[in-house]
Amino acid sequence: MRLAPLGLLVVLLLSSCSDNLPRSTLNPVGENAQTIDDLFRLTLAIAAVFFVGVNGAVVYAAIRYRARKNDDTEPKQIHGNDTLEITWTVIPALILATIAVPTVRTIFELAEEPPNALQVEVIGHQWWWEYRYPELGVVTANELWIPTDQPVFLSMTTDDEDVIHSFWIPNLNGKRDVVPGRVNTLTVSAPEPGVYLGQCAEFCGLSHSQMRMTVHAAEPADFDAWVDQQLAPGDVDENSAGWGLFLDKGCSACHAIGGTTAEGGGLNPGPDLTHIGSRSTFAGASFELTTENLKAWLRNPSDLKPMRPDSNRGMPNLGLNEDEIDTLVAFLQDLK
Amino acid sequence: MATLTPEVLDTEEPGSHEATGGLWSWITTVDHKRIGLMYGGTAMFFFLLGGIEALFIRLQLAVPDGTVLTSDQYNQLFTMHGTTMVFLVIMPLAAAFGNYLLPLMIGARDVAFPRMNAMSYWVFLFGGIFLSSSFFLGGFPDGGWFGYAPLSTQSEVIRMDFWAIGLLILGIASLAGAVNFTTTIFTMRAPGMSMFKMPVFVWMQLVVAFLLLFSLPVITVALFEVLFDRNFGTLFFDPAAGGDPILYQHLFWLFGHPEVYILILPSMGIISEVLPVFSRKPLFGYQFVVFAGAAIALLGFGVWSHHMFTSGLGPVAESAFSLTTMFIAVPTGIKIFNWIGTTWGGKISLKTPMLFSLGFIAMFTIGGLSGVTHAVVPADTQQTDTYYVVAHFHYVLFGGAMFGIFAGIYYWWPKISGRYLSETLGKWHFWLMLLGFNLTFAPQHWLGLQGMARRTAVYPPDIGLDTLNMVSTIGAFTIAVSMLPFLYAMFVNSRKGLAAPADAWDGRTLEWSISSPPPHHNFHEVPHVEAIDDFWHQKYGEDEEGRAVRIKTFPEPSRYTDEYIHLPSPSYYPIMLAAGLVLMAYGFVFAPLGIPLFVIGALVLFGGAFGWAQEDPDHPMGDHADHHADAHEGTETGDEAQAGADASGDVSSDDVSSEDVKTGEVEVAADESGGDDV
Repeated sequence: MRLAPLGLLVVLLLSSCSDNLPRSTLNPVGENAQTIDDLFRLTLAIAAVFFVGVNGAVVYAAIRYRARKNDDTEPKQIHGNDTLEITWTVIPALILATIAVPTVRTIFELAEEPPNALQVEVIGHQWWWEYRYPELGVVTANELWIPTDQPVFLSMTTDDEDVIHSFWIPNLNGKRDVVPGRVNTLTVSAPEPGVYLGQCAEFCGLSHSQMRMTVHAAEPADFDAWVDQQLAPGDVDENSAGWGLFLDKGCSACHAIGGTTAEGGGLNPGPDLTHIGSRSTFAGASFELTTENLKAWLRNPSDLKPMRPDSNRGMPNLGLNEDEIDTLVAFLQDLK
Repeated sequence: MATLTPEVLDTEEPGSHEATGGLWSWITTVDHKRIGLMYGGTAMFFFLLGGIEALFIRLQLAVPDGTVLTSDQYNQLFTMHGTTMVFLVIMPLAAAFGNYLLPLMIGARDVAFPRMNAMSYWVFLFGGIFLSSSFFLGGFPDGGWFGYAPLSTQSEVIRMDFWAIGLLILGIASLAGAVNFTTTIFTMRAPGMSMFKMPVFVWMQLVVAFLLLFSLPVITVALFEVLFDRNFGTLFFDPAAGGDPILYQHLFWLFGHPEVYILILPSMGIISEVLPVFSRKPLFGYQFVVFAGAAIALLGFGVWSHHMFTSGLGPVAESAFSLTTMFIAVPTGIKIFNWIGTTWGGKISLKTPMLFSLGFIAMFTIGGLSGVTHAVVPADTQQTDTYYVVAHFHYVLFGGAMFGIFAGIYYWWPKISGRYLSETLGKWHFWLMLLGFNLTFAPQHWLGLQGMARRTAVYPPDIGLDTLNMVSTIGAFTIAVSMLPFLYAMFVNSRKGLAAPADAWDGRTLEWSISSPPPHHNFHEVPHVEAIDDFWHQKYGEDEEGRAVRIKTFPEPSRYTDEYIHLPSPSYYPIMLAAGLVLMAYGFVFAPLGIPLFVIGALVLFGGAFGWAQEDPDHPMGDHADHHADAHEGTETGDEAQAGADASGDVSSDDVSSEDVKTGEVEVAADESGGDDV
């Protein structure tokens, strides 16, 4: 009876293994994630032996040594056994030592920066991610693009007045905190093309749950094409109504569009929108970039994702009417 | 609280020492047993509150993109759920058991500092009310129970002020309690009870008291720095000014990890008492269990950074803390093996206390093993801040600490009330709770491994989190249902329960040698102790084949004695001091408007401390009696002297006439164990 729920869960687990698990640590794709998973499974196997042994012994003793009715005699009074004590001190210590060796080796291995890695700077913001590729000159948000043939070395920090975040793509590697005033590093790699999901893993306030990210791993040629596209200036018709609204409503105070007068010089507090129309998600990779979602966002951003614009955290309600919203959404979606 | 009071204590009994049942007598009590009951009742109330918070959390998470709560409400609820369960439930429940049982188990008549003990309770109660009242004053704290800077220093509303000040207040209660318990254990043991003849429960309380003494100052520093950053413009954690957010994490976890052992060791002590009694065998490897407990405490100060494996400590520090964390599994394992050794070859009676104790071993083992996987740093970088960790520490703190506490409640309730709690209801409680607990938390291991981060108000659909979250929510409500038979047994059925003799379970320790409920003065005569489990050895000898046989049965002890036994006088200064402290806290939070309140609070606190300092601990009871009779509303005039004398707690029997009281003739020599007071 005790183990019944656990058995049920094992069944559920096995059934869910076949599903697509784009955020699972049990579905490692990256080299580091694979290393971690191997080590975890080794530890888990040893833990399972102890689990069965200890809980088996508890259940066995409770059944085997249960007092019989009408038996008033006392059991043998045993106060202890030194040999046993030494045994169950030394053996677990030795077993732990066998886990400790690969653990320490792996800790040092994972901390190394791989040679010829692609460098990316990650900046955590309440509540979205900014990525800068210093060697390539690309700046983007929430969706990190990486090539499949090269490891990517992330140097991560936040603005001084921001809070701690944690960058975590379970399929690719463990997480690493992103701390104001420090630069922490993490290596991710994805030998297979695909989309891998992540979630900020350090509680960072109001919309922590909607501070997500995706990694798009692309074949080298596709990745290069993406870089070329990102380097192009924003596709803006400076006579369009959308552009006019973008300036009039103060969007450019926070959002940059490369190659225009709203270039911003990288000092803007909101995500770069130069190629927003080419992304598949927005607002901390929490919403699909659809016309409907963008409209809902512009009606009142905090209705879709709670923020504190009055504390300079997140996008304020611009008080747009429906026509303005339609125009702006069309304008943004054209920014491919 | 009063509802938790066993019926027997509510009844006027001849010769009982305090005016029983009256609210004033509870407010002024310095009796460790009453303080223990108040601690327990208050903590159980907060347990229900924290449980309701948990149910809201699980409702929100039952389905993806939940809409039961807003993110803001969700953040408040998980912050308060953690804060409540740690600081307002498990810590005070351990204090409740320690208060009620320590003096009984070491053969003393009270704790070393009875009035400071009362102060601890009132400070805890008011601190808990203060913290919880934030709900009506702008919202619960919302920065997590761990309050990481700079998030906790940046939120502009006062919520995190409530959190930091609340924890500071509760820390005062815990520190005073720790001083009290260590002094009591070191100085007030019955003659003959050397340290290694103490019950393991007493040992574990001693270890916990030391952990508190050394770890609370560290979080006090951290909390003050948060408060100063928030309110006075200091920059301890602001990197722009050279501050460091990671410093906060070191301070918090240098407290926070010993705190884990503060929460679990008392329950380890409880089951170390329960297992032998219901296996009819002594504890296997007593010295090893004791040393393992002390080793866990010592090592517990050297593992704090394993909470920070992803914060960028560097591989050397990560390796070092990985090894210490693995090593702490060794003494923990020793305890588990010795508990199983205790049951092995015994004659086990599966009464409710035993079921919860065995449940403790089984569930705590799971939590311990998942803990070892956290020590493997690379694995931890995947697990930390996910539901895998949530599952882990609920196996330790719910399957462990709370199961141990329930074992203790079922085990000692007959001693407290003179009646057994219903076995039938107890078994329903245990099996439903075990089922609900595993349904709730076992799936969370997989949820975490499948990428569900902690403290997220919503999660997306279709990434493999849907089914298990629903199972977990069903489990949480099963736990809620499992509380119903317990509450029914406690509040309704206990008055009709089977009457329990003094030695309700054929016990081994001193508390079973005195009446149920215990006399106000605990022991008519201070016992002399010769062995571990001395009481058992008085009852059992060996036959010619060396087998244990019953050689003696004691007559049912009386609750009353004709002799005068000195006990410390009641006092209202402890509650006054505590009230002043909490008024100051409200004043501080609402400064500058609250400054007058702060000043009033300071005056009340000072008045309490001053009056306390002036109060003669061995005050002639005559004056005291008059004093309290005047203050005591509703005292029958005819019984005035008697009631007053009762309230003073100084009289041992109704043989003492009011004349004696007035002339002070009954002030016989102060007893060796009851006289020291603050």
